[in-house]
Amino acid sequence: MASIDMDVSPATPKAAPPVVPESKPPAQETPLKIRVANFDFYYGAVKALHGISLDIPERQVTAFIGPSGCGKSTFIRSINRMNDIIPDAHGEGTIEIDGRNIYAPGTDVVALRRRVGMVFQKSNPFPKSIYDNIAYGLRIGGVHDKRRITEVVERSLIRSALWDEVKDRLHTSALTLSGGQQQRLCIARALAVDPEILLMDEPASALDPIATTKIEELIWDLKINYTIVIVTHNMQQAARVSDRTAFFMLGRLVEYADTKTIFMNPKEKMTEDYVTGRFG
Amino acid sequence: MSYASRRKVVSKIAELLCALAVILALIPLALILFYVLAHGVTALNLSFFTNMPKPVGEPGGGMANAIVGTLILIALAATVAVPIGMLAGIHLAEYSGTRFASVVRFAADVLNGVPSIVVGIFAYGLVVLPVKRFSAVAGGVALGLLMIPIVVRTTEELLRLVPGGLREGALALGATRGRAVFSVIVPAALPGILTGILVALARVAGETAPLLFTAFNNRFFSTNVMQPISSLTVQVYTYAISPYEDWHRQAWAGAFLLVMIILTLSIAARLAVRRLERMNRP
Repeated sequence: MASIDMDVSPATPKAAPPVVPESKPPAQETPLKIRVANFDFYYGAVKALHGISLDIPERQVTAFIGPSGCGKSTFIRSINRMNDIIPDAHGEGTIEIDGRNIYAPGTDVVALRRRVGMVFQKSNPFPKSIYDNIAYGLRIGGVHDKRRITEVVERSLIRSALWDEVKDRLHTSALTLSGGQQQRLCIARALAVDPEILLMDEPASALDPIATTKIEELIWDLKINYTIVIVTHNMQQAARVSDRTAFFMLGRLVEYADTKTIFMNPKEKMTEDYVTGRFG
Repeated sequence: MSYASRRKVVSKIAELLCALAVILALIPLALILFYVLAHGVTALNLSFFTNMPKPVGEPGGGMANAIVGTLILIALAATVAVPIGMLAGIHLAEYSGTRFASVVRFAADVLNGVPSIVVGIFAYGLVVLPVKRFSAVAGGVALGLLMIPIVVRTTEELLRLVPGGLREGALALGATRGRAVFSVIVPAALPGILTGILVALARVAGETAPLLFTAFNNRFFSTNVMQPISSLTVQVYTYAISPYEDWHRQAWAGAFLLVMIILTLSIAARLAVRRLERMNRP
């Protein structure tokens, strides 16, 4: 599927990898934000993730790539325990954020999700006004000061590069926005509660190329302040936006390294085959 | 005849049968409206709305007490059924396990099928007997009991139609489950739920049997909910079985008014939906 994004002839696998910007700093020097150790995930009796272990650096963009059904979505949804709402599903092993295991008994999931924001594949604005969408997270967090909410709404919309397009119609329904705008609204909504980590589950897969470019530029800007984890089907997108890339296959982590290494010089044959478009 | 042309003919016949069925279904509705209007219109004037019933032979009697009584009964029924029905529907859609939910759903369907006179008897035992008096409250309880299953099922079904993405979106922002349900999911389904409530109200507004021994009837103007109260349906029934021509005309007028009230409720439901959906849809 993802191979359609790659214009690479199979005979020269490494001939035309996606361009990786040279300006990226090396990832290893930044401190650790998320540490995953031996994490398994089950849907009922079906094991969907097998012993995932990886470290995600702070204020960097980490991309998860892999073919459909490889577990990358299941894994990203484990980082804010979104999978808890699925009946009979459960995770085993540890995912530590700042050294605290979020799967430890007694973890406050609501508090966790305020620290770990999420943007979904299909944009999901609430059927409320643009303003109320962004104010929602604040209000449920107990903020009712109107001036403060208005400030945060404006700041979040500016950060998500949506402000200029919506500033004159904050009180119209969020559903009047275009698909790309709705997705940026969802990003603004996630930013409004000031999370430390932003999980993005294929945030641009339903968008046209121009809207996708905007989201990617946004991700690039946001990593100054946030640790970003992004699942993507589009390998060029992973190459463009991420510092580190993890390649998943059949519920296993195959390879995890600097994005440049994954795309230019992967260790595993399977990774090489995937990123060069031999299968997908 | 070739196979292809036979298929075309069969298809045409099926189409015609469907159209015919639609016409057959609509004929009674048109006839009822026409009949009720034709018979009731002569007795329908301003005094019908403002005057009290008059004794036989005295012209110019009205149904002011029954009109107000019906409105009070509908309001009481809604007070009973809306909170219980909506909360139960929310529980079914959002919280209960599948087996418990299916038991409750089945129970609601059974309750929906219980003859309204039986519900009336139940309300009689529940409210009338203990205080030894017919009352508007008893009538409201009877009508409310009839409404509950409809409200439960509509609420549940409409909540299930709300896209799961909205629930996840709210939870991902750190909403508790209850908060997500009441601040995002229920509001998203509210236009539809409101329609269901108005449709249920329209249905019970036309009930006679459950009122016969709960709200009873009242020849006087009463707004006291602890006293018996008049209603259009019972008044129409009383007049219709009387031997007086004048009362028959009044019964027709009452019937016409009932149909109009139900029509108004249905139209109000549609308008309310349109208004609320302005936020829900672009």
